[in-house]
Amino acid sequence: MKKGRFGAHGGQFIPETLMNAVEELEKAYEHYKDDPGFNSELTELLNEYAGRPSRLYFAEKMTKDLGGAKIYLKREDLNHTGSHKINNVLGQALLAKKMGKKRLIAETGAGQHGVATATAAALMGMECVVFMGEEDTVRQALNVYRMRLLGATVIPVKSGTGTLKDAVSEAMREWTSRIEDTHYCLGSVMGPHPFPTIVRDFQAVISREIKSQLMEKEGKLPDAVIACVGGGSNAMGSFYHFIDEKNVALIGCEAAGRGIETFETAATINTGRAGIFHGMKSYFCQDEYGQIAPVYSISAGLDYPGIGPEHAYLHDTGRAKYVPVTDEEAVLAFEYLSRTEGIIPAVESAHAISYAMKIAPDMKKEEIIVVTISGRGDKDCAAIARYRGEDIHE
Amino acid sequence: MSKIGEAFRKGKAFIPFLTCGDPDIETTKRAVREMVKNGADLIELGIPFSDPMAEGPVIQGANARALSNGITTDIIFDMVSELRKEISIPFVFMTYANVVFSYGSERFIRRCGEVGIDGMILPDVPYEERDEFSDICDKYDVDLISMVAPTSENRIAMIAKEAKGFLYVVSSLGVTGTRSEITTDLASIVSIVRENTDIPCAIGFGISTPEQAKKMSAISDGAIVGSAIVRLLEQYKTEAPEHIGEYVKKMKDAVMSGSSQPASC
Repeated sequence: MKKGRFGAHGGQFIPETLMNAVEELEKAYEHYKDDPGFNSELTELLNEYAGRPSRLYFAEKMTKDLGGAKIYLKREDLNHTGSHKINNVLGQALLAKKMGKKRLIAETGAGQHGVATATAAALMGMECVVFMGEEDTVRQALNVYRMRLLGATVIPVKSGTGTLKDAVSEAMREWTSRIEDTHYCLGSVMGPHPFPTIVRDFQAVISREIKSQLMEKEGKLPDAVIACVGGGSNAMGSFYHFIDEKNVALIGCEAAGRGIETFETAATINTGRAGIFHGMKSYFCQDEYGQIAPVYSISAGLDYPGIGPEHAYLHDTGRAKYVPVTDEEAVLAFEYLSRTEGIIPAVESAHAISYAMKIAPDMKKEEIIVVTISGRGDKDCAAIARYRGEDIHE
Repeated sequence: MSKIGEAFRKGKAFIPFLTCGDPDIETTKRAVREMVKNGADLIELGIPFSDPMAEGPVIQGANARALSNGITTDIIFDMVSELRKEISIPFVFMTYANVVFSYGSERFIRRCGEVGIDGMILPDVPYEERDEFSDICDKYDVDLISMVAPTSENRIAMIAKEAKGFLYVVSSLGVTGTRSEITTDLASIVSIVRENTDIPCAIGFGISTPEQAKKMSAISDGAIVGSAIVRLLEQYKTEAPEHIGEYVKKMKDAVMSGSSQPASC
């Protein structure tokens, strides 16, 4: 099989100018991934700086209220910088540093990956430039400020729809113009090989911890693992160590926006078809001529017209299933978890909570669901208030 | 030698580019005719894509304008079919992998063969992914054009050996767009190309002035110009074809004057 393929998906569909850069990255990653020095340095950073391992919290009130399966929440929201993004960023920044790179560039949607990258750059003394869709800089103004505070330059991207996909395109364009000293710190399990593999491996800590934490608490594996999916990094991290455990259902929650029967959706598996974009073969929301569709979701982090190639493969083989969750359902879950457990989840993660709320009541009391809370919801409060017709000033 | 090779037989080639359907398909047709009349040797026809990763702001803008005017791949195929009745110089499509893949690669490339498209440039398909399209291209006699970049280094020989039609030498890092200076050591890239293939090579990205075109074609077999032409379309819209004709003439003259110098390839 060709390099970086997941079944029919993946590959390296990028300009020739970048080919030696991705090969250099692949070689460096192959060298360092099993290097004890690199790994102990990374573990030290993850534990001492980012606060790992993250808690696996038994949501007792939610479990009782829904009256079915036991619900555990994997609290990636408690990581430093407030989301799972830091896991991947610390890994890539350390790798970039070992490669002699002095500058990190990144795309960001909700701003969580941008904040994490700016944080790692500050910590490691690297320059940082973050590309963010202009519309997202408005939706996530607080995160823009955080990035600037951390010393990063934030470049609003006006092209296309001014959202995450345009930020990815612009970051790739920037990379083609400056490769020598720059590492593109891609934030999800997408893009050209080796990114989907590197990001998955750095996020796999989530499922590794879930497995051992649940073994300790319950002495068994979960019946279902649920996570939200945009590009799919927290979901891939949450699924990875369960892929070979066939009795564990893997469920990815896509942003359906105003509904999969409307044009205002970002549910790639449910509404897209096979294509080639952003360096990879996978599923994409597109029109009959292959023009990438202007997707929509209340969540800036899930507002992406594609999905990582390994998810596309897990969908093809039926190993994971991908379900749509609307804005309205996500907002209800956002409010529900806040009131029921005193945990304000990111609106992205609220998509996963919503699906757990849907299936838990019909499951047996001894069954276990693990939901990954990919990030904290402070950044979303103003947008959710607006959704509910209330205008608050941050 | 493929039909594309013929474009380079009369001496150094001038290769203009435009985005089809910017500002409308009638203007594209008139602009193509002007290009041919004024000495273009081969024309690159851009099929617009929503997210053109290798393009700078000028061509990005053209892509967006064409798409917002409702231009589709089928409209462009029909246009080529019509132009083919009167124009014999080679045409190559320049677009992105998804435009071809999503149409159905076989269906797209077969249609290229039918309407008289001689080659295809897909900037997001590097050497490693060529076989996604190359067998089908061979089947319908459409040359899948390869690119080498300033960063290609150890890859140049491998790419050149498999190249078809002509080899597209990317002059600079970054995306398309005019540049005041081109600093890459292109002569040494071209000489590695020469050691590995007999097909012609043309330099593109960043060329806008006759001086640059002369210099670039002197060290290769031709010059490719995109953004400078698209800028004329942006400025003069439906009045652009006449301006494009004048520009192409000036550039073709410059390229030809480069021919008198001993070429290094």
